[in-house]
Amino acid sequence: MQAEQISVFLENKAGRLAEVTGILSEANVNIRALAVADTSDFGVLRLIVDDNIKAVKALKTRGFTVGRTDVVAVEVEDRPGGLHRLLDMFNKAEINVEYMYAFVRHSGENAVMIFRFDNIDEAVRVLEENKVKVINGSKVYTL
Amino acid sequence: MILDIGFETMPREDLEAIILRRLKATIDRVYANVAFYRKKFEENNLTPNDIQSLEDLKRIPFTVKEDLRDNYPFGMFAVPMDNVVRIHASSGTTGKPTVVGYTARDVNTWAELMARSLAAGGATREDIIHNAYGYGLFTGGLGIHYGAEKLGASVIPVSGGNTKRQIVIMKDFGPTILTATPSYALHLSEVAEDMGVSFEDFKFKFGIFGAEPWSENMREEIERKLNLVAVDIYGLSEVIGPGVAIECHEGKQGLHIFEDHFIPEIINPATGEVLPYGETGELVFTTITKEAFPVIRYRTRDITSLNPEPCICGRTHIRMNKVSGRTDDMLIIRGVNVFPSQIESVLMEMEEVEPHYQLIVDREDKLDTLTVLLEVGERLFSDEVRHLQERERKIAKNIKDYLGVSAKVKLVEPKAIARSEGKAVRVIDNREI
Ligand SMILES: [Zn+2]
Repeated sequence: MQAEQISVFLENKAGRLAEVTGILSEANVNIRALAVADTSDFGVLRLIVDDNIKAVKALKTRGFTVGRTDVVAVEVEDRPGGLHRLLDMFNKAEINVEYMYAFVRHSGENAVMIFRFDNIDEAVRVLEENKVKVINGSKVYTL
Repeated sequence: MILDIGFETMPREDLEAIILRRLKATIDRVYANVAFYRKKFEENNLTPNDIQSLEDLKRIPFTVKEDLRDNYPFGMFAVPMDNVVRIHASSGTTGKPTVVGYTARDVNTWAELMARSLAAGGATREDIIHNAYGYGLFTGGLGIHYGAEKLGASVIPVSGGNTKRQIVIMKDFGPTILTATPSYALHLSEVAEDMGVSFEDFKFKFGIFGAEPWSENMREEIERKLNLVAVDIYGLSEVIGPGVAIECHEGKQGLHIFEDHFIPEIINPATGEVLPYGETGELVFTTITKEAFPVIRYRTRDITSLNPEPCICGRTHIRMNKVSGRTDDMLIIRGVNVFPSQIESVLMEMEEVEPHYQLIVDREDKLDTLTVLLEVGERLFSDEVRHLQERERKIAKNIKDYLGVSAKVKLVEPKAIARSEGKAVRVIDNREI
């Protein structure tokens, strides 16, 4: 039920993000979703790509520190309150969302959000209980 | 293996008798042949006759690096130049280099002490030694080289640099002993990794590392990454070069000083007072067999302590603990004395930290600031910014707790801190004092 996200440590300097996207492009890796969290000195780039093994290898070879984390991709209903319903559900179940970001899709389709939980198993259980559509890892990479 | 059982395991009483006899002969020679030492004796109303016991050594004034520079290039030599067969020089970061000379007998003594050192570090005549210390004016390369030949091992004089070729040689020649600076040893492992080669596939058994201070944690890292047993070797060109002291691979707890050739003392660097065994201070050496370039009470600026406890290897020579810093590396930050090695210890105590750091000292609005740059390896990294910030705070707190100095910790990308092929640059002091 889980998808794997890769994360990259970046110094907060001009051109670092472009360096990463350039390396992935050279390696023929397609970026499916991307989010940056940063401070004044450094940032963490989080990525969902179509080929984790290729992406991690390409980035490590070029000297980047790369991490892998399990995340959950959830389909969010395309109507007012769609996201709120999910967050409210986690809140009631006392599940902590560490962070989340949106997945790019074609217009007209339901939105997909990537969630990082501190307790992923519990989160997946709650999602299933509430009949929320969780997108399978292998499917996420090729959405 | 103990190469020279007679001298290396000699009972203390017999050893001390030899030390005293050799000391007196050295004092006679420098008094007769080196104007600098005779003048020092005269200024202190001393003659060689006043030195009748090892205790009396304390009465002789110290020799410092500045004295060697003042007598540049050959003023401290105790023999005529036609007896000098070798000249080495240390790279002076400021001013003139210090120049040292060797007679044929000195070169032989040095080779013997280096052969003893290699044997203590695990080498035998069957071994192939990959010698990555620089060859040239620096004593490291040639010192190890002559010792390896004296021992009867095979030596590859690969010297420093051209790291990729070194990896290929390691793969093809199958050396079993590595000699290098510890920072270069780590550099070798990184380059090997980049080339997709593993040290597990090499034949190394022991590594003998020195010429710069390194911590116990760095030892663990080297042993893990290079898949060998790492021992520490100590020396400086002013005393003879590498081979002044060596860690036995059986004990790996301090370096045996070859006391039949060198007398060590530990002093308080501020007052010059001689400190008892176990106390930490500046290491001072007197050479007692060297002909061309004897030194009397030479202040090494290295910080360590002496341990007279018997060692499991059977050697009776006293041990010095790993050098923990340099008196001239000492940073005074807002009035607090800080050795870079202390910061390294704090960093290495944290499991997730890699030993790649740099200290930057600045002065802003007349206040000293210390910034610790730390490379983020996989163990330190987290996908959550909050965790990374927590780690920065924890390191800053530990530095404050242990050293009493405030530091800003800044995480940087791997290899952001420049690697040198030889010695690592750990401190950048931007203050204009
Ligand atoms: Zn020992």
